[in-house]
Order: sequence, then C-alpha cells, then structure tokens
Amino acid sequence: MKKLIVAFLLAAAPMLGMASGGAHLDHADIDLSDQASLQRGAKVFMNYCLSCHSAKYQRFNRMAKDLGLTEQEVKDNLMFTTDKIGDTMNIAMPADKAEEWFGTAPPDLSVIARARGVDWLYTYFRSFYQDDSRPFGMNNIVFPDVGMPHVLWELQGAQKAVFKIEKGAAGNDTQVFDHFEQVTPGTLSPEEYDGTARDLTAFLSYVGEPIQMERRRLGKWVLLFIAVFFVLAYMLKKEYWKDIH
Amino acid sequence: MSMMQNFVGWLDDRFPMTKVWNEHLAQYYAPKNFNFWYFMGSLAMLMLVLQIFTGVWLAMSYKPDAEMAFGSVEYIMRDVDWGWLIRYMHSTGASAFFIVIYLHMFRGLMYGSYRKPRELLWIIGVIVYLAMMATAFMGYLLPWGQMSYWGAQVIVNLFSAFPVIGPDLGVWIRGDYVISDVTLNRFFALHFLLPFVLAALVFVHIVALHKVGSNNPDGIEIKKGPKGNKWSDTAPADGIPFHPYYSVKDIAGIAGFLFLFAAVIFYAPEMGGYFIEHPNFEPANPLKTPDHIAPVWYFTPFYAILRAVPSLMGSAFPGVVAMFGSIIVMFFLPWLDKSPVKSIRYKGTLYKTILWLFVADFIILGYLGTQPTTDLYIILAQIGTIYYFAFFLLMPIYSKMDKTKPVPERVTE
Repeated sequence: MKKLIVAFLLAAAPMLGMASGGAHLDHADIDLSDQASLQRGAKVFMNYCLSCHSAKYQRFNRMAKDLGLTEQEVKDNLMFTTDKIGDTMNIAMPADKAEEWFGTAPPDLSVIARARGVDWLYTYFRSFYQDDSRPFGMNNIVFPDVGMPHVLWELQGAQKAVFKIEKGAAGNDTQVFDHFEQVTPGTLSPEEYDGTARDLTAFLSYVGEPIQMERRRLGKWVLLFIAVFFVLAYMLKKEYWKDIH
Repeated sequence: MSMMQNFVGWLDDRFPMTKVWNEHLAQYYAPKNFNFWYFMGSLAMLMLVLQIFTGVWLAMSYKPDAEMAFGSVEYIMRDVDWGWLIRYMHSTGASAFFIVIYLHMFRGLMYGSYRKPRELLWIIGVIVYLAMMATAFMGYLLPWGQMSYWGAQVIVNLFSAFPVIGPDLGVWIRGDYVISDVTLNRFFALHFLLPFVLAALVFVHIVALHKVGSNNPDGIEIKKGPKGNKWSDTAPADGIPFHPYYSVKDIAGIAGFLFLFAAVIFYAPEMGGYFIEHPNFEPANPLKTPDHIAPVWYFTPFYAILRAVPSLMGSAFPGVVAMFGSIIVMFFLPWLDKSPVKSIRYKGTLYKTILWLFVADFIILGYLGTQPTTDLYIILAQIGTIYYFAFFLLMPIYSKMDKTKPVPERVTE
C-alpha cells in the first residue's frame, strides 16, 4: 500500500503542478464585517476573475443581500454574464477549450478559500513574477508553474523574483526565494495593490461560506442559552442529590 | 382510579410499559459513586440520535451522484434553510461521537469494566465500535471531495491487499475498478442503513449492561455487597435508582457537552482541518491524487499502524493484518487482564504507568497517521505499534506482576 501511495504521488507530482506547502504565506488580515471591502472585492472578482473562473454555487441575489447592495445595484454594476439575479455565477467558457488554452480548466472558485486558505490566496495574488520560460511570461512563487496568466498585472505592474542560494539538506546548492523587485509600475501603488488583494481575498472567503458572519453572530446566543440551561440543570441535580450525600 | 391510572393499567395489561420503565430506569440501581467518566455512555447515545436525525434531514437534500454530490452539499450549505447548521452538526457530530466513544472505552480500560461478568458487554461494545467505524468511513465518501475520494480509495485498497481473493474483493466492494458513481451510491445506501444496525447493537449493549449491572470507579460489585437502601430492601445498599438521580445528572452533563459541541459548530466547524479536511473542498478528481492523503483523525492511529509495518514481497498485507489485528485484539481484553483487582484505583504503579503510556502511544500514533511518512516518523510509528500490541499481549504478565492495593468492602464517595 505504502509503495502504491508513493507510486501514485510520484506519478502525479509533475502533472499536478500543485502548490507545495513550503512557501511562506503572508497573513491576509481580512475583515468580513467591512462591507465596503467585500464590495470592492466583488467588483475585482466580477471584472477580472468571473470570465474564466465560475463560482457556480454562489447566487447573485444572495451576494446582494449579504453585501448590503440592492439587486438593481448588482444588476447594473456587477452582472456581466447573466441578467437573472437569482442565477449562480456561471461562465460561458467551455471547459475543454479552457484546457486547450491554459493547459488546465480554471477551477470553480466557490469554495477555493476553504480549500486553500485565505493566507494562501492573499499571498498568491501578490506572488506573480516575470519568468520567460512560462507560456504567459509569468510564474508564481506559491503556485509554481501555474497555468493562469497574471490577470491583475495592469494594477500591480510587473515584478521579478530575486532568489538566493542556500545549501540544501544534501549539501547541494538550491535556489530559495528571497524577495520581489518591482520592474514596471502598475496603475496602483504597492500598498493599494495589497489592499485590492486583501479585498479580493475577503470576497472569496465570503463566497466560500456565505453564512459565516451569521454563524458567529448566532453562536453567542446559542452558547448563552446552553450556559443558562447548564446552570439550571446543575441546580436541579444538586437538589435531587441532597438525598444521596 | 383516575383516567390516567386506568389508561396505564389498560396499557400494562397489553404491553409491559411500567415494567420496562421500572426495570431500566426507576428501579435500575446504579452505583452511587459514578464520576465524570460515566457521562460518556449517555453522551454517546445522544450523539447516535443526533447523527440519525441530522443525517435523515441531510439526505432530504443530498444527491448520491458523482456529478451532483459535491454540489448538493454546497446547496445544503447555501440554499437550504438552516442546512448549514444541520450539516455542521452532522460533520462535527461524527468527530464528537468518536471523542465520546474513545473516552467511554478508556473509562472501561481504567475501571476494568470489561472484567467478569462484563466480558460480553465489552465484546458487544467493540462490535458497536466496528459498526461505527464502517458507518463513518462510508459517510466520509459522500461529500465527494478529494479527501473523500482518495481516502476511500486507500481504505478499499486495503481489502485488495488480501492474498488470492484481494483484487476481486476490492472490485466487489467498489462495484467498479476504481471508486466511482457506483461506489458512491452503495456507500450512501449503507451509510443510511448502518446507523439503524448501530442503534440495534446499542440496544443489545444496554440490555447486557442492565443484566450484569454497571461497574463503578472502585470496580466493586455492588450486587455482592449488603442489601437494602432507601427505596428497596432487596436492592444493593450502594445502589441508587437511575431515574431520577442519574437522569438529572446526565442532563447537566449533556448541557456541559453541548456547550463545547456548539462552540465548535459555530466558531470552528472545520476544527483546523481535522473535522472537515481542507482538500475536501476540492471536488473528487480521479485523475489528480492529492500530494498527501490522510484519513480523518479518528482513524489515524490505525492508519499509522498500517504504514508502520513493512511490506512483504511487495505486498502490503502484513500492514493490513496489523491494522485489523489492532482492533481484533480488543475482543480478547477480558481474558488478558489477570489482575486481582478491577479498578485503576487499586492497581499498582506498574499498571498505571503502562496504561498512561498506552494513552500517550495512541495519541502519538494518531498524530503520526495524519503526517506524511518520513524515516523518523516510520520508526516512531513502528515503536508505537510494538507498544500498542505489547500493551494487550503482555497484559497477562504485567497485570500479575503489578503490586495491587486492598479493595474496600463498600464503594467510596
């Protein structure tokens, strides 16, 4: 079995191109109670992501309600692929064509924040760097050899990665990522771009679990109820057990 | 006679209602010295009921179809009223059920609840535990995420490792050469059925318990002690009626438990990736193996044992034998313990040390089972596996060598 697992892993490793857990992740520091941040994130998502990626379990009207927008506002500013407010966020791009163009079909992003974690997403958006060996001229530190082009490049501008040489475990020299250097400026300053990445991350976290704010709000009352019930149950027990002790 | 008494009398002439109530609750005499550990039995029953109820409600919106299963879970999480709460109760409930059961089993280990005359009670309990593992395993496939799919692939492949019949057995379980839509359908059917089998087994477990009577933290047979208490001249002096004394106590225990349970549901339903694993938010993809496959935490001690045993001639069968053996060996526990006393309270330092090391060993194996294998971890898991089996198989020797303390006549407060 062990061999089988190892064999599976070895066979799968190259084609996966999955992000290794090794890269350092920056803390996303998102605030889901900040509706303006979520709305900005939604705008970035609709403009840049929702043409290749779907969020097929997220409904537009649910988003409108949760983000404090009217349905008309969403229809006028955030809906490009459908005109039905009750629809989920689907895309027109066929998966087989996408695979032809990008090497892999862009994944649905409904629960990507729960699969990858918000820190990973935040770091990913900020870790594209110039790499001429890649088809789109861009690579990513946390997702090596990613098939996706850097769609936010106009905002961020281009950066290159600076690597340093470190001695590996076996004494061989290995390249380790050190820091980024801005090559050409984007339309946003680096601080503004980090803010945009944070907004987008917050929005994806919301999309991953739309109920999460409500869940935490309700939790307080549930725990309070159970705590009061516990005190009453404990007093009842004490009363009955007077006979025993 | 009042109307009510008339009605109860009419019922009792046709169904032993009052008799059952008395024999199992109002006149079932349990030792008066139960402590914290004795909450776990009633909590386990609560969890079984909760899992059945939330499970039935989930089944009303879930679709056991490889194309639709993943989406139907998200549909429950987003579009079904309170679906998210029912789903989190069920997913957290699975882990909570195992936590409660592990504590329940450890209680049995500590106080010698498997010793004569409770051998059969223990054996039924181990069967309940096996049925629970089967139920949980099949349920874990249903969300049809990456970890559901590949976890099931790994576990079913264990059966394929059996010599001669293995490959056919694997196909028979899956209904296909790989985990597929057929497998998902049958696992759903069985996951719906098994909890009711489990409920029947729990019923048998309780019938057996009420025949022999409950053990207690002192490991003293109250039925063999003096007779006569406030409620009956023939009942054990150290016994008190289960109802109302333990029923009200258990309600307080349930409230305490539900506080923790709700805290997880509302504030940490994924429990850091242990109760709901992160890769399970990616839909199952037969062509894409995750870079690290780990079963859910409650199976990991046994998974660590599986991986610790080296393959023999390219077959993982020895590991499979060790893994199944690690559960089968529990059946023999009643006859392995040769100590003259039942409870840990009157056992010596030797036994206490070995038991607590066993607890540490089980937790370490559980941790190792969640981790990718490295040379160091394999060696640690091998040491852990040897200790696990030594705990059981050497028990006849060390339980006899152990210097025990004298057991009092009556239960202590």
